[in-house]
Amino acid sequence: MDSQINRYSKQLIIFNSIFILIWLTISIFPFLWTLWGSFKVKADFFTRSDWTYALSGFNTLLETGATATIKAYIESWTEGEFWRATMNTMIVTISVVTISLFLGTLGAYALSRSTFKYTFYILIAALIFRAMPHITLVSGYLFPFFQLNIWGILPTTIIVLVAINQPFTLWLLYSFFKTVPKELDESALIDGCSYFQAFRYIIMPVMWPGVVTAGLFSMMLAYNDFTVTALLLNQENYTMVPKINAYLGTIEYGGNYMWAVSSVVSATAPLFMIIWFFQRQLISGLTAGAVKG
Amino acid sequence: MPHKTFFWFFFPTGLAMILFIGLPIVSSFFQSLHIENQQILMEVENCDPFGCTTNVRVDVEATEKLKEENPLGRFNGFGTYLDRNHLAFDEIGEAWSASSSIGEFKDIVLNLPFYKALLFTLTFCFAVTPPVIFFGFIVALSINTLTKRLKGLIVFGTILPMIVTPLIGSLVLFWMIDSQGIIGASIKILLGDPNLSLKSSSTLTWITLIIYGIWHNTPFAFIVFYAALQTVPQDPIEAALIDGASRFQRVRYIVIPHLYPVATFIMLICLMDNFRVFEPIIGFSAEGVAQSLSWMIYQDLRNENKMLFGSAGATSMLTIIGIAILLTPVLLRTWKEFRTER
Repeated sequence: MDSQINRYSKQLIIFNSIFILIWLTISIFPFLWTLWGSFKVKADFFTRSDWTYALSGFNTLLETGATATIKAYIESWTEGEFWRATMNTMIVTISVVTISLFLGTLGAYALSRSTFKYTFYILIAALIFRAMPHITLVSGYLFPFFQLNIWGILPTTIIVLVAINQPFTLWLLYSFFKTVPKELDESALIDGCSYFQAFRYIIMPVMWPGVVTAGLFSMMLAYNDFTVTALLLNQENYTMVPKINAYLGTIEYGGNYMWAVSSVVSATAPLFMIIWFFQRQLISGLTAGAVKG
Repeated sequence: MPHKTFFWFFFPTGLAMILFIGLPIVSSFFQSLHIENQQILMEVENCDPFGCTTNVRVDVEATEKLKEENPLGRFNGFGTYLDRNHLAFDEIGEAWSASSSIGEFKDIVLNLPFYKALLFTLTFCFAVTPPVIFFGFIVALSINTLTKRLKGLIVFGTILPMIVTPLIGSLVLFWMIDSQGIIGASIKILLGDPNLSLKSSSTLTWITLIIYGIWHNTPFAFIVFYAALQTVPQDPIEAALIDGASRFQRVRYIVIPHLYPVATFIMLICLMDNFRVFEPIIGFSAEGVAQSLSWMIYQDLRNENKMLFGSAGATSMLTIIGIAILLTPVLLRTWKEFRTER
């Protein structure tokens, strides 16, 4: 029977294929174009006279002697200190993911196993916290952080990102923990385990899909963040995204556009690769809670 | 689970949320009630052979001292909320009595920074959301008809605009649309207008930002719709097929009604997320013509030497009120869901 429902007319298939092709072009082409352009010089990628220069690499040939160059990459990584930004991003991302998962699994497990009414209010509060624009929170951080003299350093930013990330992680893991049958840890409790032992040895081993999904979202938040990192870190501690913004506008780097273009490629490539591997988890996380209604 | 065990399990995450989400909101509010210290002026008498002149100068030492004693500034009550950069009631009142027509009044009000930003933020929210839902649905429908082998690859391509951070996404588009980029330059040649540029007109900039918003948000709508499509019951579709319904009719009368709740969910999340629009404005360097509420806060805090905590706090509070209004339907929905579950 299934085949009959899914039998489509020829026109529909053709129309469908064309539509998907157009759609893919819109979503992918800008990235491919940036990748292509990152190997050119500024006069080609941002040309006033003739955009075909960007394809042929006319000025790139004049300036460097070849139609493609990795000058922008080398300069931004060395002179522009993008290596430092990359390292900072790695430190921030790894710490945020680890700490968030640790706190999040403990909290979400408790929320999913407690039968008292306050869990409901906690989850509602988490939903409200999740909706707060990050910039409004940052405006609350800056003054106390200056007073305490903890502004500008990585650990502060890491803790802030972990906290900002908690509401979403809690909701996500909560919905995953709900799918693990209660009987599993109840039998462990009867056998004499403490709650923590039941959590650690019985529940966590079957929770890996959920943990990976939550980790993926924490990673994306930490890796992609601009608002918090741009305002809470000082120049030397910038992560990749604020660093790219710094290349564009500050006096120090003098609006060095090609550095920004090549750094955008350096920053997005690893992200795309990770998402390629964990696509399934990403989608399951986005739809958890959405489709039930 | 006993209260005590629950407490210890939940303590770390609860503490983190209270310290870094709850308290900052309170701190923001507290800041918004204060305003920067005034500079202390002093009169200095300069005497030279030709006579004495008195100059008014800033007493740097005393100003510094005051700042040290009272770093948050002086108490200002709700003054900051009412000043020209925020709610500006006085200016609106003046504009009302001074302007002869509604149009003139509207122009004056929408040129006040807060209302200008509010107008852009709301326009962005409400212009982006419907196309996002529409395109998300169409893309989900068409990808759903593909064979399994193709799906993985195409879904990956589709979600790329969503997984890059808005700043990078907008930069990538900006570099193409800018008057020196591939699309911008081609349009210039096509229309034969060498001065045409994104920055030349505010309407064009707004449209570009909205297009960016649709590009960035559609993948989210797509994923949610796509997952929901898998849950559409097959029996009614089969029955409709036997009754001779066309594919369009099947989608219109069976699939779409099934997806209504999902569409409302996407709409609410989309409105809420876009209310914080901020990074695209920086990416497109559109500060001149398009300001959002979040951007106003960023602008107050950006300058390390002279941060306007009071002003940023007040805008933050007003933004939170806006979010609260948008959040109410989501909360009600969750509330109901919980009630029915128990």
